Amino acid sequence: MAKVPIRVKVNGVEHSTEVEPRLLLVHLLRENFRLTGTHIGCDTSHCGACTVVMDGRAIKSCTAFAVQANGREITTVEGLEQNGQLHPLQEGFFQEHGLQCGYCTPGMLMTGYAFLGTNKNPSDDEIRHAISGNLCRCTGYVNIVKAYQFAAQKLRDGGAQQ
Amino acid sequence: MIPRSFEYFSPQTLDEALALLQKLGSDAKLLSGGQSLIPMMKLRLVTPSYIVDINRIPGLDYISESDGQLRIGALVREHELETSELIKKRLPILSDTANVIADPLVRSQATVCGNLAHGDPANDHPATMLVLGATVIATGPKGQRQIAIEDFFPGLFTTALQEGEILTEIRIPVPPANSGGAYLKLERKVGDFATAGVAAQITLDAGGNCQRAGIGLTNVGLTPIKAKQAEQSLTGKKLDQATITQAAESAAAESQPMDDIRGSAEYKRDLVRVLTARALGKALQRAKGGA
Repeated sequence: MAKVPIRVKVNGVEHSTEVEPRLLLVHLLRENFRLTGTHIGCDTSHCGACTVVMDGRAIKSCTAFAVQANGREITTVEGLEQNGQLHPLQEGFFQEHGLQCGYCTPGMLMTGYAFLGTNKNPSDDEIRHAISGNLCRCTGYVNIVKAYQFAAQKLRDGGAQQ
Repeated sequence: MIPRSFEYFSPQTLDEALALLQKLGSDAKLLSGGQSLIPMMKLRLVTPSYIVDINRIPGLDYISESDGQLRIGALVREHELETSELIKKRLPILSDTANVIADPLVRSQATVCGNLAHGDPANDHPATMLVLGATVIATGPKGQRQIAIEDFFPGLFTTALQEGEILTEIRIPVPPANSGGAYLKLERKVGDFATAGVAAQITLDAGGNCQRAGIGLTNVGLTPIKAKQAEQSLTGKKLDQATITQAAESAAAESQPMDDIRGSAEYKRDLVRVLTARALGKALQRAKGGA
């Protein structure tokens, strides 16, 4: 099948490439661009491990075609750290023990990145609602909620980007 | 999982999309949110030769109110519905519904119109649209036609849309004063389809009696079900406990669930009874101005 040219900005870097229409966004990121921070978990739209942010929205990159990202802006977990400084969310996960095995973490971080961009002062309930599409089998979620609150606080205090 | 190869088209206008559908025929599938289509393509349950991606067509992502109708365009995402102040104020039942569809990440992409066009009786909007008396606007090569929502779901995974037509808008009559509605769903976990779901919408008359009632059922039959006998049992009545109990029993009798991994038919029927009573209670509360 004929390949389709696409241009997509990932973590601030412009990429031009040609893709088969059936290529999934997560494979574009991991295999073509070698950004393997985005994980493939269930591959069936259930777990949220593959979450990336496209034009400000957290989406499942296993459930989007790479061609759909043409002309769009993507942020992956590799784009969170800036100038050697962890993003407040990453710092929150570190400080509050928001991860154990770490498999869900890139997805959890990207959901949080989009969520805290629109909700600066979330309640614990709102956080739990926001992460309800991201499965974690280790933490029981308690420390992930704390990590989000840590980040929200730090961002409110003028902690960094976003 | 990798879908079968297909050819991709990304029309920039609705006319272009309609022309493509006409040219490509039944081997073409429309891609909007893609949150049902892409998983089905990955499982190779569907293997379209052509994908017509309508996401780049401008002007289809509106939620607006005019002439007593709420209009939802083809590219309105569930997330928009969930967070729209207009919807929360005018039709909280729609916020209820959007809020329990799949999960927040899926709702970033999934569209309201797609939820109807997919024709899946497990989807949540059909029951809600049935109780609101919505109209579906289908745009085809010969122009637009209106389809009453009650005629839109003739069978399992089948809709009244004809080949070459696109569901471009949902129109919902804004309910009069003293109306209220609610959607309740029991799901095993976030992201699962409903074990059962019930939409209830009522309008009270000046005396506080039920002037109009709508009850819609999710995932307890081959199509979304409008529980007409339950609705009729409420009309003209005061919505006290006895009336609500009777309607709930009637809705349960009108459901046609099957045994599956989510539970036995008997269990689901009882669930319809319980959810109907609760949804009516909440609808009544809202009709009286409560939250």
